[in-house]
Amino acid sequence: MTLPTPAPGKTRREIHEARARQRGIVIASLSTLCVVAAVVLLVPLAPGWEAVQKSFFNGEIFLRTFPKLLQAFLLDVAIFAWCAPLIAVWALVIALCRDVRNPALYPLRLFAVLYTDIFRGVPVVLVVYLIGFGVPGLGLPRPWNSPYIWGSLALILTYSAYVAEIYRSGIESIHASQRAAALSLGMSKSDAMRFVILPQALRRVVPANMNMFIALQKDVALLSFIGPVEVLRQAGVFKSLLANFTPYVVAAIIFLCVTIPATRYADYLIAKQNRARS
Amino acid sequence: MTHLVLRNIQKSFGNKTVIDDLDLEVAEGDMVCLIGASGSGKSTLLRCINLLEPIDDGYIELDGLDISDPELDPQPVRQRIGLVFQSFNLFPHMTAEENVMLAPRRIKRLSREQLRPDISALFQRFGLSEHMQHYPDQLSGGQQQRVAIIRALAMQPEIMLFDEITSALDPELVGEVLDVLRQLKAQGMTMVMATHEMGFAREVADKVCFLSGGRILEQGPPEQLFGNPQQARTQAFLSAVL
Repeated sequence: MTLPTPAPGKTRREIHEARARQRGIVIASLSTLCVVAAVVLLVPLAPGWEAVQKSFFNGEIFLRTFPKLLQAFLLDVAIFAWCAPLIAVWALVIALCRDVRNPALYPLRLFAVLYTDIFRGVPVVLVVYLIGFGVPGLGLPRPWNSPYIWGSLALILTYSAYVAEIYRSGIESIHASQRAAALSLGMSKSDAMRFVILPQALRRVVPANMNMFIALQKDVALLSFIGPVEVLRQAGVFKSLLANFTPYVVAAIIFLCVTIPATRYADYLIAKQNRARS
Repeated sequence: MTHLVLRNIQKSFGNKTVIDDLDLEVAEGDMVCLIGASGSGKSTLLRCINLLEPIDDGYIELDGLDISDPELDPQPVRQRIGLVFQSFNLFPHMTAEENVMLAPRRIKRLSREQLRPDISALFQRFGLSEHMQHYPDQLSGGQQQRVAIIRALAMQPEIMLFDEITSALDPELVGEVLDVLRQLKAQGMTMVMATHEMGFAREVADKVCFLSGGRILEQGPPEQLFGNPQQARTQAFLSAVL
């Protein structure tokens, strides 16, 4: 038997791995091709395909509605942009209130517990309705009856409950020895939290919060139920106007253009953090 | 002059007694080494002196003040007692210099500029001048531990406690950390140290205490405790580790 002659400059392991990689790529390409071909060939055979194609994937309507929908999406981005920082701050207040140990401040702690329980327990859309219709119903003068204000408040209140819990998990993930080190130097408990624990905890929860904020960007569309003509509502207007569902597909694609890169970035951050910790 | 006095210290976690009716006196400028097997109560004792762990009973006196009074605010007491940990516990998000400056900045309300001359001098004395702007994960274990010692010294404590500060180090890095302690000793710092470095204890300590089951079974000058231990358990421990 003759041994295979090794290629110059490569170990046997490298040769083996290169070969396995090539084989993997070929198999993955073939199986993907089969599935795509099946979808492309089989779906149009469905009896309703032509009707669906006309009402959901109408190229002409796509091009006609896209600019206006993109413009409406800017309103979603704007609502997101003013909600996100307020959530980040308010959630931190809630998270810190939950860890208060001073008996005189017990009401704060009770408030924080009830707050997170209530707002994590009610569907977002319900909070949007209750606050978005309820508060302006008090007969407030302009501009205080604006659905932008109260709809945004509903999102801020709900998302802060989740983000507060993320902050808390971050705070608890910092090892007790860090606090001990700060206290042993004679620092106060609040200084230990502010300068030693929080900076580390906040960094650690960035990826988890990224995911929350991606969800927030999507949930901004819920405000369409109480008035603001953002992308979902604009798509609804077009749907009624043109008797066609294509605008909804356009809206979905616009959302994906933002959320997919953001999700990938969050995954990248998580992977980076896991590498750093191992 | 007696600096630190411990009387009848009792400490238990749940129903496990960790320190059992322990007495100890530390004279000013003395280096006291606590030796004994893992779990004999050395670390807990140091954490109790720094008030990180409240004692159940007994009292601790620092320079005539009963610091074990449960009603006492521990913060000013801890400023007078430095504690260095086995696992360094540097703040990983701060440079070495920021680690050292944080407590004096917050507690003594000194600015970075006011602190810099003294702190640079400390870094220089312990051979770490080039590492002031480095983060802990850029430093070796021995360098991290020396930064941790500087961090405790920056508060100008009257007494320093060391909790097995060389146990997490690679053997070749132990020497540089022990050298720091020799310097502190020469300078007259009062120190209590839990350690497994018997050679070092023998060389530098004024008093060595052998702990077992949360009690000091035997104590004395190193030549006596290492040379002629009286208790059977001390003899057994020493012959196992030496």
